[in-house]
Amino acid sequence: MTHLTSPDRRSSHHAPTGWLDPRGRRLSAIVFVLNRLSGLFIILYLYLHLVVLSLLAGGAASWDGFVAFARSPIVLALDVVLIAGLLLHGLNGIRVALVGVGLVERERALFVALLVVGAVLLAIATIRVFGA
Amino acid sequence: MTELADATTLPVRVLRVRRTPRSGGGGRWSTFDVPAPSPRTTILDALTWARRHLDPTLDVRHSCFHASCGTCAMRVNGREVLACVTPLEGLPDRPVVVEPLRGLDIVSDLVVDLEAVYDALDAVSPPLQRADETASAALCADGEPTRFEDCLECGACVSACPIAAYDAAYAGPPALAAAWRVAQAPRGADVDAALDVADGDQGAWRCHLAFECTAACPVDARPAQAIMRLRGALLRRHIEDRLRRRAGAAHVAEVSP
Repeated sequence: MTHLTSPDRRSSHHAPTGWLDPRGRRLSAIVFVLNRLSGLFIILYLYLHLVVLSLLAGGAASWDGFVAFARSPIVLALDVVLIAGLLLHGLNGIRVALVGVGLVERERALFVALLVVGAVLLAIATIRVFGA
Repeated sequence: MTELADATTLPVRVLRVRRTPRSGGGGRWSTFDVPAPSPRTTILDALTWARRHLDPTLDVRHSCFHASCGTCAMRVNGREVLACVTPLEGLPDRPVVVEPLRGLDIVSDLVVDLEAVYDALDAVSPPLQRADETASAALCADGEPTRFEDCLECGACVSACPIAAYDAAYAGPPALAAAWRVAQAPRGADVDAALDVADGDQGAWRCHLAFECTAACPVDARPAQAIMRLRGALLRRHIEDRLRRRAGAAHVAEVSP
């Protein structure tokens, strides 16, 4: 098939970061972007978690030092960010699974319902993290 | 380039238009002051006025002027619209940013190459064949058939799709929605071939449910909803194939000596 455009111009309109472009995007597309970013974030956290667990090999002193650090307000705030990422990724995964195979037609209603569920769970988690 | 509209007594709007030369190379912005004599003055009216009175090198594609042909799809203030039915009135009181569609190759200025859309549509849905107008009952089990016939093939949904924005190989919303239409009303088309394309590496499973295509569609053809139903049909086809193979294997085991 003959194309009107030259090969160099064709490729220039499909940058690998095109999905990140927020211009003109609506809420559900922004959720899609956040879903991808939170997925990457969760993978990074998994490796960080393994590194932290490796402190156990250094004995009780090294672990106790980490626990003291982990109870600082900044780290607790990061815990809340982590929980927000997990909730976003998990709940959006449920939405994608249900809507994505045609089981749920009312996509907007499910979106709003899961948004409310996520907000409630995040509020509970935040209280528990800072109240512990 | 800012040039004052000659009709000084008329309300004037400012258009910022993304330009890309036909010869390739970097893009630039042009600014046009255009008259908006009526509340019904559209983006396309303003662009054709600018082309006629200010810059004859401005490339704009249009045909019908009433949202039937889909050739004037472009982005206005970041959103996909048909320029011929989008009035200037109601847009925020600042320069109106006019850009070509995303995810498609630019021929020049506001004109994009829709060949990729047509190729993808051809892969799943050849030109109308009237040999068989009976809807496929098996695939329509979940409700009344909803045909994807309002589609203008304007490319607005491709421009809005975040997957098509970075991967030219993705079949894209119009072709996938057309595959669902073929599954519902084959009219002589090869349903299995269309579903095979939709089930392929660049097919329906690459959709990430941003629903931007449906939001951008100027005629409310709802391609995202069609893709979701298509995915349900593909999943059922996979399950049925697996059950059939399992039953076949059991039968072979029974009759084997």
